[in-house]
Amino acid sequence: MATLSVALTGNPNTGKTTIFNALTGARQKIGNWPGVTVDKKVGYINHNDRAISVIDLPGTYSINARSAEEQIVIDYLLNEKPEVVVNVLDASNLERNLFLTLQLLEYGIPVILDLNMMDDAQKRGLKINVKELENQVGMPVVETIAKDGKSIKKLMDVFTEKTLENYRVSPLIEAHIAKTKEINNSSSSKEEIEEEVITLRYALIDSIVAKVVKRSGASTSLTEKIDHVFANGFLALPIILAIIYGVFEITFTWIGQPMADFIKDFIGDTLTPWATDALASLEVADWLQSLIVDGVIPGVGGILTFVPLIFTLFFCLSFLDGTGYMARVAFIMDPVMRRTGLTGKGVMPLIMGFGCAVPAIMGARALDSEKDRRIAMLVTPFLTCGAKLPVMALFAALFFPDDATNVVFSIYVAGVIVAIVMAKVLNSTTFKSEESTFLLELPTYRFPDMKTVFFETWDKGKGFLVKAGTIIFAMSIVIWFLSNYNFSGQVEMEESFLASIGAVVANIFTFHGFATWEAGAAVITGILAKEAIVSTMGVLYGIADIADDAAQAAQQMQSTIGTSFSALSAYSFMIFIALYTPCMTALGTIKKEFSSWKWTLFSASYTFVVAWVVSLVVYQVGKLLGFGA
Amino acid sequence: MTLNDVKPGTTVRIEGLENSNIKSRLMSMGLIKGTSVKVLRSAPMGDPMAISVRSYNLAVRVADAKKITVSAI
Repeated sequence: MATLSVALTGNPNTGKTTIFNALTGARQKIGNWPGVTVDKKVGYINHNDRAISVIDLPGTYSINARSAEEQIVIDYLLNEKPEVVVNVLDASNLERNLFLTLQLLEYGIPVILDLNMMDDAQKRGLKINVKELENQVGMPVVETIAKDGKSIKKLMDVFTEKTLENYRVSPLIEAHIAKTKEINNSSSSKEEIEEEVITLRYALIDSIVAKVVKRSGASTSLTEKIDHVFANGFLALPIILAIIYGVFEITFTWIGQPMADFIKDFIGDTLTPWATDALASLEVADWLQSLIVDGVIPGVGGILTFVPLIFTLFFCLSFLDGTGYMARVAFIMDPVMRRTGLTGKGVMPLIMGFGCAVPAIMGARALDSEKDRRIAMLVTPFLTCGAKLPVMALFAALFFPDDATNVVFSIYVAGVIVAIVMAKVLNSTTFKSEESTFLLELPTYRFPDMKTVFFETWDKGKGFLVKAGTIIFAMSIVIWFLSNYNFSGQVEMEESFLASIGAVVANIFTFHGFATWEAGAAVITGILAKEAIVSTMGVLYGIADIADDAAQAAQQMQSTIGTSFSALSAYSFMIFIALYTPCMTALGTIKKEFSSWKWTLFSASYTFVVAWVVSLVVYQVGKLLGFGA
Repeated sequence: MTLNDVKPGTTVRIEGLENSNIKSRLMSMGLIKGTSVKVLRSAPMGDPMAISVRSYNLAVRVADAKKITVSAI
């Protein structure tokens, strides 16, 4: 028998993805819907000797093709015609959830109604008459609790045992559909028709719910009590800060960074010497040794050190999202984010950008509209990430020993300002036609489904490794070649293509005060990884082993870098480094998310232009103001 | 009276929605004439506001709440 195709559809926050994970377990594949930044999740199961494929369609409140998600759902259902469509409903909230159900039925799509989170509904004092709901709608109704394996098995039984073709909508629904057809054929305007149909749907929903749901004793819910503190008054802001700080602490101090350091040390102290010895004893050609030891290992190693950070960060964020708290963050921060043309949901990805642009770009997927996601992805790289910090610390210690903290802080502020300004600019130019609105459900607080948290984390980490990894691998070979060769063959870095390109690149910094080939070369390796800027400058200025500590490194470089920059040109250089082209890892992630080379190139080049202009203005204005000495 | 004028803790009935680009989205989310809405709170910075409608909680910007006419019940 052919594979049975099942599609899950439903509103956001109904536990639909939890049901999907409970159904398919690890046998799932997460990809992208073509052309948009929306997850496409497909899983496979075998049940009652049937092979079943399950697709988790994006969660939507309606199917009016108003957003990319709604378009995907309706296109999929109408064109792919899955044999079984499951409409996952929040049993506590049929008053709104049935809206999508009616729309599906109006399209002539038979559905299984899945009353999910029945345990929650019972706790809220709701009694749902399942038989009556079945009578009212005419479609099969099942109850599920994601944690309860038996209810999931029952749902699978329904897939294989009930043929939806044998079901017909109730006379009540039939009459409703006839009425909507009548309205659609009337001579009213498109808006009037839509509004009239919406009103008709809710009138029917109210009458169904009145017959199906019995309420007893409404007490103040736990969610209300939590929100009274977490989303109310002046305490809400410090709580957000504390939680964000906690996430950063866990990611960068407790788990992610120590593991990243461990991997880095392992590669540097163990793997590289071992590979060097092994390759030498095998008498592999010199160039190949260099390619592996200086190109491939550091390049791939650089990617690997990001992996624990990404796993840890996304575990925290996915957990927070599962609790419902992320919606509160968006609720509280919306007035701030609105100034950028984004909505409150943009806060999290932007804040993550201070740690690392890579998870920030990946996190932008959570935003509401395609436009918001794209803008967030394009502006996060302006923020000063963890890898840019060593450059800033070094230069601040070198040129502003008395004001180092203030100078570094000013760079962070400059990054935020440029990100906000560019978000506004992109909003009013490139993405002008798409409007962003803010209507956000504040879901009930609950303990997250850990299976879903783990799957999401795993997917982010794996996606990063595989997709971004291939691009970075290729790029690291290119950079290795450029920094080890010129037309006469293998040479030292000072004579390499990189140095020549550095000298050419330096020309564009003539009016910035740092037109040296060393600065030019550092700018190029910085595209490989921002960490590489300091080490490149070390190599170029002939310092064998740069100290990890910024103050010590500054001392080492005093006599060399110290003379090729003035304080003003050093500051201009810092601004440039803070803003210019994202690192390859970030670009690889942008490519993966946008699935477009055009946008990736745009991101790489417009950031360069913005950085060039801003640092030029800083230098020239500084000179006019007399800071040039 | 429009929704943004309602004091937190008060329940009101929707009388109508002004035409706007968000009108049909608001209606799809269940905010239609005759529906009762409880205002829960304003966000710490005064905007947006949280309301309870049809057994769920929704955040709406004040600018959008201004487009919703309500009456006391």
